Amino acid sequence: MLDDFAMRAALAGLGVALAAAPLGCFVVWRRMAYFGDATSHAALLGVALALATDLPVVGGVLLVALMMALIISTLTERNVSTDALLGVLAHSALALGLVAVSLIPGQRVDLSAYLFGDILAVRQVDLAIIWIGAALVGGLMVWRWQALLTATLNPDLAVASGGYPKREQLVLTLALAVTVAVAIKVVGALLIAAMLVIPAAAARPFARTPEVMAICAVLIGGFSALGGLAGSFTFDTPTGPSIVTVAAVIFALSAAISPLLRRR
Amino acid sequence: MTLIETKGLSLHYGGATVLRDVNFSLSQGEIVTIVGPNGSGKSSLLRALIGALKPASGTVIRKPGLKIGYVPQKLQIDGTLPLTVRRFLSLPVRQTQTVTTAALAQAGVPELAQRQMTDLSGGQFQRVLLARALLGSPDVLILDEATQGLDQPGAAAFYRKIEEVRQRTGVAILMVSHDLHVVMAASDRVLCLNGHVCCEGTPEVVADAPEYRALFGSGTQGALALYRHHHTHDHDHGHHHDHHECGEDHNAG
Repeated sequence: MLDDFAMRAALAGLGVALAAAPLGCFVVWRRMAYFGDATSHAALLGVALALATDLPVVGGVLLVALMMALIISTLTERNVSTDALLGVLAHSALALGLVAVSLIPGQRVDLSAYLFGDILAVRQVDLAIIWIGAALVGGLMVWRWQALLTATLNPDLAVASGGYPKREQLVLTLALAVTVAVAIKVVGALLIAAMLVIPAAAARPFARTPEVMAICAVLIGGFSALGGLAGSFTFDTPTGPSIVTVAAVIFALSAAISPLLRRR
Repeated sequence: MTLIETKGLSLHYGGATVLRDVNFSLSQGEIVTIVGPNGSGKSSLLRALIGALKPASGTVIRKPGLKIGYVPQKLQIDGTLPLTVRRFLSLPVRQTQTVTTAALAQAGVPELAQRQMTDLSGGQFQRVLLARALLGSPDVLILDEATQGLDQPGAAAFYRKIEEVRQRTGVAILMVSHDLHVVMAASDRVLCLNGHVCCEGTPEVVADAPEYRALFGSGTQGALALYRHHHTHDHDHGHHHDHHECGEDHNAG
């Protein structure tokens, strides 16, 4: 069944949703949306690096995303006017990546595949990488869940009970870099952050505990992936943006009915 | 037995020295209150004691395996984070339902278990924070302005609860507070800070110390130190003017 490109695309989308949704909850809770933007935009720079050095694309993206995430982590810790800084980094990384890719000699690179994803071109080896990455991120989230939540609530509270909030920040940074590396093929550098934030935000009204919100986010992300894929077959639209569109519609619906849910 | 001790502790925050040369120790079962004006380094000292703020110089020694119950000055929960009171109590250590139910009953808010943290009133929130701090039988409770947002009867009830917990469990308590009259009545020892330790001792000693009265006595027309003034016979304000070392010292440093 893995011979069918549609089946591979569906499994790839589900893998990304599985990794991105619970991580995305932390991105939302910790107000790191711009952090996700900056890291995923840096992925393009990783593509350039990979093409220039004959590294596999996943490797180059992982490396650069990790570096970017670590830089942001360090800078925001020092409280250099964070919002503006992240804005600068996010767009600079994107521009720099576009310039760098165009400077690669010889081959003509299909930029749109990296910007918006190319889920229909996912091969079996890509699928393996996506699911290994997703399992890694999912495993990290489950393993560190309690500590991550405590550090998210209040770093001092975590320290007082023997935790290391800086280590948890590092865990999130690593998970973010892995997610970006495996998601670039599916939704592309421009829309990875959307797969982090939108399912999580859409899940919020349905949840009374963090766990329920994460599970809802996974379901919404997975449904968006499948729905977007189906929509893109039906209407002949680009797949990555179609997936995000479905997620956005679910978010709008969820926001619309959230006042009713709050009344419980 | 000494639970936490500092030696020559100095703290920097945002590039400035907020506290210098603090020698302090807390023993088992003690109630110690830290008083001092805004920006005097009270919260910074507490954060250094729990290990959240690294000393610029000097040392903090905690008894090995020391269990701390901490109530931070500010705990802002983002509206995007769904969290019931019961779930909050299970962070970072998972607790059984029996334990969380008992903890809430003990804190006087048994009906809150299923409520969202973001829906609580100020007083309910503080009580839930106290309930959480008491889980896992800590050796020391560290409370940073734990009665903020409570009205006077609420604050008084809160302190009675803390005193009761101390009686029952022998936990040591270190708190920052602005409720001076309550503090003076309920503490074994008071530490008056203003960038350094101004004065320290039993409430009686501190209330009579010129450094303390320079901060809380004459400057506020005695309003803040009202409680102790009943017990002193010195109402000569001219006399106080000789004793402003504490404030001036801080400004110079």
